[in-house]
Amino acid sequence: MKRMAIENKLALNVFHTEDNDPHIEIDKEYANEEEIRKVVLACPAECYKYIDGKVTFSHLGCLECGTCRVLSHGKLVKSWNHPFGSVGVLYRQG
Amino acid sequence: MGEDKFDVIIVGGGLAGLTAGIVLAEQGLEVLLIERGDYCGSKNVTGGRLYGHSLEKVIPGFAEEAPIERVIKKERISLMTEDTSVDIGITSKKFSTEPENTSYSVLRAKFDRWLEGKAEEAGVMLVQGIRVDHVLTDEDGKVIGIDAAEEEMYADCVILADGVNSLLAQELGMKKELEPDQVAVGAKEVIKLGEEVINERFGVQSGEGVAWMAAGDPTAGGFGGGFLYTNKDSVSIGVVATLSDIGYSDISVPNLVDRFKEHPAIAPLLEGGETEEYAAHLVSEDGIYMVPELYRDGVLVVGDAAGLVVNLGFTVRGMDFAIESGRLAAETILKAHEMRDYSAKMLSAYEKALEDSFVFRDMRAYKGFPALTANRMIYKNLPETADEIVTKLFTVDGKQDPDLVSFLLQSLLGMASPAQLLGLAGTALESL
Ligand SMILES: Cc1cc2nc3c(=O)[nH]c(=O)nc-3n(C[C@H](O)[C@H](O)[C@H](O)COP(=O)(O)OP(=O)(O)OC[C@H]3O[C@@H](n4cnc5c(N)ncnc54)[C@H](O)[C@@H]3O)c2cc1C
Ligand code: SF4
Repeated sequence: MKRMAIENKLALNVFHTEDNDPHIEIDKEYANEEEIRKVVLACPAECYKYIDGKVTFSHLGCLECGTCRVLSHGKLVKSWNHPFGSVGVLYRQG
Repeated sequence: MGEDKFDVIIVGGGLAGLTAGIVLAEQGLEVLLIERGDYCGSKNVTGGRLYGHSLEKVIPGFAEEAPIERVIKKERISLMTEDTSVDIGITSKKFSTEPENTSYSVLRAKFDRWLEGKAEEAGVMLVQGIRVDHVLTDEDGKVIGIDAAEEEMYADCVILADGVNSLLAQELGMKKELEPDQVAVGAKEVIKLGEEVINERFGVQSGEGVAWMAAGDPTAGGFGGGFLYTNKDSVSIGVVATLSDIGYSDISVPNLVDRFKEHPAIAPLLEGGETEEYAAHLVSEDGIYMVPELYRDGVLVVGDAAGLVVNLGFTVRGMDFAIESGRLAAETILKAHEMRDYSAKMLSAYEKALEDSFVFRDMRAYKGFPALTANRMIYKNLPETADEIVTKLFTVDGKQDPDLVSFLLQSLLGMASPAQLLGLAGTALESL
């Protein structure tokens, strides 16, 4: 099988997106590189990016796993919740 | 009973919550189950293998009607380096012979949805697509209901079946925030291949399947492993990586999945396949050590929310525990309902029931395991040594060292000192 970019994998999933519910909030000023590196490597949906010394986050494509919260709650991750009911990923296989 | 008060409110429609609901509603209790996903299973991910024994007690013969994928008849365990896979394959007529000892590959979006139908039949009132935001308590701290989307609902007892990220048990102070060495992230793909192709490539008949676990290269030497389960016409393939060890290599979790799919022992099996879905979920790994407070006045915690999982490397068990804990919680509540007493004292019978069941028995039996699996040898040195040995053994090019025995000894000693080997054997024995 050919390698697929993460965007293309995520595009196979069904998501009910809600722009007004960023159920995860990050501290954009957070600067501990080692900590950021771990979260960037760990997020299975690559929601976190670290480019030119800046960390960015988008909740689109988030698989709601909780990894970033467990790794970095109170550090990079300011707050984490499940999305509102019915919002977010909708698995058909699981 | 008042119209707006239920006997029991269950938060979460996974296996634990649905099972509890079925047992309670079958005995005539008024049960409300609230699930944040659009349907039960829409948020749920597992590796693949359900040991059927605990659901048999609730729905005897369930596999005849449930959407199971395949009956597991073959086991495979592998130690992998980038180039090599050293496998133990076990095929036996003794596997999965009767319902009580049978295991099945399952896909949760389909399986939980079927169980949701069973819960509805039993009389559970289901509300889906609503997130429970808070648990309500009275001034004495007794749980009296829930708050969901700004609506308050009341019950004599609340069951928290809200999974590994149980923010509600945390909010109540029953459970601490998870630590990175207590959980792993599992990322997986479901890849469609077709029933015939799977039968041929995995050497199985229709309806029968393989459970395959691999250590070493799937996590690039980090703690965790790879897994592959055959479904009816697809495979579930993925990687589980312990959070505290992420960063051990520079490879991201999504890339670990890609690498595993491209491993020489795996790639030919997936050729021509089409990915249907990509999913991720946390899995508890700290066994009995991470079990939180299980009961308080008016509340019980079940399944993944209660950390009821053992990850043994060669197999993961959480689903049969979730189902059993849901049933035992329901039975405790049935007694409490009879006595009209939902105090912590009354509900403590739930913990006692878990203690007397296979759930705590098995979790205690394997309590040495996290220490054993957290040993770098298993993930790095062992696969590398196995690779070295088999390569030497099976390569004939007219150039190899004739003194094979001495080579093998050297490899073994290079891997570990005798004292280390003894220590490892000791830990392994303790955990059995
Ligand atoms: C990658 C991976 C591989 C695994 N492999 C295996 C295996 O092979 N065999 C095995 O037995 N186990 C395995 N497990 C473990 C097993 O999947 C879990 O133990 C099991 O799913 C737990 O079931 P549960 O009902 O307790 O929780 P879940 O299935 O997580 O259900 C929790 C439910 O609660 C809902 N919910 C959460 N919060 C709220 C809220 N606030 N309001 C409303 N609803 C809410 C969720 O949407 C979800 O439906 C694996 C786990 C993973 C992640
Ligand atoms: S919850 Fe999981 S998928 Fe979502 S951003 Fe955090 S790590 Fe990524």
